[in-house]
Amino acid sequence: MRVCGIVGLLAKSEAISERLGELATPMLVCMGTRGPDSAGLAFFHQPPTGAVWRYVLYAPDRHYDWTAVSAQFEQEIGQSAQLDECENHAVVTSAIAPGEMREWLKSAHAELHLLSAGRSIELYKDQGHPGEISERFAFATMTGTHAVGHTRMATESAVSPAHAHPFTAGEDFCLVHNGSLSNPYSVRRKLERLGIAFETDNDTEAGCRYLEWRMREGDTLEAALENSFAELDGFFTFLMATDRKMVLVRDAFACKPAVVAETDEYVAVSSEFRSLAHLPDVKSAHVYEPVPERIYSWDVQSN
Amino acid sequence: MGRTEQLDLSKISVREANQFLHGLQNGEVACVEILQPDGLHSIAAGLDCEVAVEIRGHAGYFIAGMNKRATVTVHGNVGWSVAENIMSGEVRVKGHASESAGASGHGGLLVIEGDASSRCGISLKGGEIVVGGSVGHFSAFMAQAGTLVVCGDAGPNLGDSLYEATIYVRGAIHSLGADALEEEMTADDHAEVARLLAAAGIDYDAREFKRVASARSLYHWNADADQEY
Repeated sequence: MRVCGIVGLLAKSEAISERLGELATPMLVCMGTRGPDSAGLAFFHQPPTGAVWRYVLYAPDRHYDWTAVSAQFEQEIGQSAQLDECENHAVVTSAIAPGEMREWLKSAHAELHLLSAGRSIELYKDQGHPGEISERFAFATMTGTHAVGHTRMATESAVSPAHAHPFTAGEDFCLVHNGSLSNPYSVRRKLERLGIAFETDNDTEAGCRYLEWRMREGDTLEAALENSFAELDGFFTFLMATDRKMVLVRDAFACKPAVVAETDEYVAVSSEFRSLAHLPDVKSAHVYEPVPERIYSWDVQSN
Repeated sequence: MGRTEQLDLSKISVREANQFLHGLQNGEVACVEILQPDGLHSIAAGLDCEVAVEIRGHAGYFIAGMNKRATVTVHGNVGWSVAENIMSGEVRVKGHASESAGASGHGGLLVIEGDASSRCGISLKGGEIVVGGSVGHFSAFMAQAGTLVVCGDAGPNLGDSLYEATIYVRGAIHSLGADALEEEMTADDHAEVARLLAAAGIDYDAREFKRVASARSLYHWNADADQEY
């Protein structure tokens, strides 16, 4: 029943947007009781105007020489890149499109792992206690339109930084999962035949890549989820985000918990209410438990 | 008239609050108010004396578990397994309850004024549960004795693998589980529903309820059934 915690916070006002990290961090840290071995949090921002992409890179050690990477990038790609490093993570902002970025990383820096790519998403995740990870990356200082996070207690695959959630696929999409899938390998075989590459043996990655594939095929996320009820077997509470929305769904048996608190200012999702108890006016919020196989979707407020 | 105590869970731990409650003698304190429950788990679990406990806000999992004799009221929602294994006394939730409310309760009364989620009254062993709203899927799963009254609707697979517990539902039943059977309401059933509604303080006409009980076909192994019941 314990085993992983999920959290999500979507701002409906500028004031909450400014305090997104400050409010989401205690949610994540509180759920450390459900998932003490790894944690991650993805922040989504209003997409910038123009061709600006944001990439988060993960380095295998905490003293990685990021300056060499940005210099090499500018030399080989011939484009400027802004690189903001944060220990073993770096946020690279550049006009280079995701396909080209992935190719360059593969050839020039195979040791680096691309955690997220998009115009909106900025993802941090690592092995370690959620409290420690929140401190290392100063989650409390972050802003954004919405955030989705996870605290992991591994049951079906290794404890490693790459196995931590959120998982991403494609651009501006991430997924966190409480539960376990029983048919990840058959889903994976199906997707691999379509040329989709996997980075881990984690069951959640299969779900994440399945949904992203459906969206590339033209489904909305909601339609992709409707299809997933027949394709994905197992227990899940999935919380997902794109640059435009946050989406929550529980499988038919619904034995992995979730609770939602909604006010005029925000939508908050967590595995347990106690991680929402610090939110402003939560005592007067509309608090409810999502029912099985119903897709809950909340749009990001437009500027 | 005994005194009233207040325990503030933003100042003391749930363990300290529960140790205070466990140390009480019958009637020593009339009422204990618990403030700032903030979704914390196991509040007022394991009580064993006559005392009223008022929890002021939303609470977490296992609230008033194993309750004996005490009257515990939650002025908010609760998480999983409220009043699990309740032995006697009364537990009342003014809001909604998450999964497995009243699981394996042996006695006493659990009232949920709002909705209860899935598996309400799972493995009930003699306790009584009245839900003012609706219940989720697999409620009263393998319930052995006792009564579940649902004033709203019941979700899928109600009373699956039911033993000798009785279920009364006022609203729609999405589907019955394996070996659960809808039966005629008798005068005794009407009296029983009326008694439980009165005890719960919920005002409906007992004649509006349906009765669900075990068909008892799972009691004996039937190889010919080929797992189809």
